[in-house]
Amino acid sequence: MSRKISMKQAINEALDLEMRRDPTVIVMGEDIVGGTGAQGEEDAWGGVLGVTKGLYAKHGDRLMDTPLSESAYIGAAIGAAACGLRPVAELMFLDFMGVCFDQIFNQAAKFRYMFGGKAETPVVIRGMVGAGFRAAAQHSQMLTPLFTHIPGLKVVCPSNAYDAKGLLIQSIRDNDPVIFCEHKNLYGLECEVPAESYAIPFGEANVLRDGDDVTIVSYGLTVHRAMEAATALAKDGTEAEVIDLRTLSPIDWDTIIESVERTGRLVVVDEAHPRCNLATDIAAFVGQNAFGALKAGIQMVTAPHTPVPFAPSLEDLYVPSADSIAGAVRRTLSPKGARSIAA
Amino acid sequence: MAQNPFPLGKDELLKAYRTMRTIREFEERLHVDFAKGDIPGFVHLYAGEEACATGIMMHLNDNDRIASTHRGHGHCIAKGVDVHAMMAEIYGRSTGACRGKGGSMHIADLSKGMMGANGILGAGAPLICGAALAAKVRGDRGVGITFVGDGASNQGTFLESLNLAAVWNLPVVFVVENNGYAESTAMEWAVSCDSYVDRATGFGMPGVTVDGTDFFAVYEAAGEIIRRARDGGGPALLECNMVRFYGHFEGDAQTYRAKGELEAIRASRDCLTILSERVIEAGVIGRDELQTIDREVNALIEDAVRAAKDAPLPVAEDLLRDVYVSY
Ligand SMILES: Cc1ncc(C[n+]2csc(CCOP(=O)(O)OP(=O)(O)O)c2C)c(N)n1
Ligand SMILES: [Mg+2]
Repeated sequence: MSRKISMKQAINEALDLEMRRDPTVIVMGEDIVGGTGAQGEEDAWGGVLGVTKGLYAKHGDRLMDTPLSESAYIGAAIGAAACGLRPVAELMFLDFMGVCFDQIFNQAAKFRYMFGGKAETPVVIRGMVGAGFRAAAQHSQMLTPLFTHIPGLKVVCPSNAYDAKGLLIQSIRDNDPVIFCEHKNLYGLECEVPAESYAIPFGEANVLRDGDDVTIVSYGLTVHRAMEAATALAKDGTEAEVIDLRTLSPIDWDTIIESVERTGRLVVVDEAHPRCNLATDIAAFVGQNAFGALKAGIQMVTAPHTPVPFAPSLEDLYVPSADSIAGAVRRTLSPKGARSIAA
Repeated sequence: MAQNPFPLGKDELLKAYRTMRTIREFEERLHVDFAKGDIPGFVHLYAGEEACATGIMMHLNDNDRIASTHRGHGHCIAKGVDVHAMMAEIYGRSTGACRGKGGSMHIADLSKGMMGANGILGAGAPLICGAALAAKVRGDRGVGITFVGDGASNQGTFLESLNLAAVWNLPVVFVVENNGYAESTAMEWAVSCDSYVDRATGFGMPGVTVDGTDFFAVYEAAGEIIRRARDGGGPALLECNMVRFYGHFEGDAQTYRAKGELEAIRASRDCLTILSERVIEAGVIGRDELQTIDREVNALIEDAVRAAKDAPLPVAEDLLRDVYVSY
């Protein structure tokens, strides 16, 4: 059975199904239950935006509120994972990675390799990413490139409810540490999602739209902007292929290369800052492995090299828009496209 | 006029009242305007907690530094940050204290010694150790005050800073603003020791707990430990027990509170009422004098909102400005 649910509900459902299936799955985070120790309603919050609401009633103490001590509880989730549990730890806003990154990139990410392949750390660290919520510089970042950079971490960033459910289930079953990035501006977005359990394998991009003129690669919120751009371009007779990466580490190189070899043009869209991000990563890979197929310079559309501004008038300029993506596509199509420089 | 039994002169008392009333009016106005949809983003109100910021800041000058929290409007106002610039910032205008780049959670005015509200819990404590270190190296008798919520007092950064300040004998005061909740989670549950005084002792510094709704209690306790820090006596911790009148942020339904809890604290623990009653009863200040201040503050906030709404928005070229000093 399938029905329309939001990405928020899809995440809740994935947690619920995996907790039912596997008693080693526990879920922890700040106010993910809410009201702990207080006199009023139990399960008062279910997470700051209500993503885990209702799970406490179903699974009781396997949902754990934490003190505001991310180093300690994220580290504890990692330690428990190394000892046989499958913890899902919520970091609320992934910007808070700043206070607990050691446990993630020096500990969790290293165990497997550093211990000679003898360790498994099946932990999921999930939280919000992305701008557009008027949440300012410390609650809006797209830090996906930082996580992707670290060997040993897997990085997931769904663009819709269907993928969020299947990818979160896969993340929980996966035996490596996974950073699960939820774009806060996609939480309310609904789509058809099966009620039953299903897993989406890592490293398989989703081709959302076929086209032979240009390849647009993105992930997360900007996938939707890319689709808008593609619709607008189609009116002028340009057919764009739109690829949603879904997982950034591992990444589906094959689908990207296959598409670029057909279209000869590539636009990469990343909500992260312009230096050392997914766009530069993909552009370099394609330049190295499909140079002969390119009919024009690769275009990158990213956020600017600035922190996320608070003022709505500035934040609206910060996130890549459908217009800027369409503009980048047009540059690859112009006669000078072969020598174009990023705007 | 009766003899003044308080540790502050009449002018100072009026100033304290004006500061507290300004904070209250500022926050209550935001509460109303947020509900109307006028204000973007997250807004955490300081209403109910005014005596803490005010009682402490009365001892500071512009050379003393404070590091604030996500609930920072009260600290800003008490430290002398311009109310018009604050309001404009919250409205995301180019006339804002941070030119609209920061918003409610990041208001700062370094010229007033206000090193910023902060979106990251516990982040202020290490920074204020640095501010105190700078004052100590310069020998200018400046002190640093960091505010931290009961919830954020469990951050590693905060606990490490307690130790660092003690080891380096820094002129720092750690103010724990204990309003009983961190978001929806009770302090009783999340903080493992019975008293913050025990924590302070564990880190080798004096700790004091006061009723944070009693302006005079805060003022006197803060005065003593700030003086001590200024004189080279080292860091201390001050716990202010207080109450938050609104939700964690605007939009929080607060179902985690006990039935009647909010009504009860508003009735019996309103720091503004407590201060007014004390000074009026003592015959030091007349009710009419306070009412005059109320009217002036009301007009000030009204004007700040009007000016913020009329102010220009930041424009495209502002987006790329001020990432670096030079690049
Ligand atoms: C490092 C970090 N973790 C979590 C949060 C999310 N958060 C913001 S305010 C808050 C509760 C803070 O409670 P407390 O310290 O008691 O301050 P209060 O809100 O009561 O003033 C939380 C969890 C954050 N901003 N930064
Ligand atoms: Mg608190």
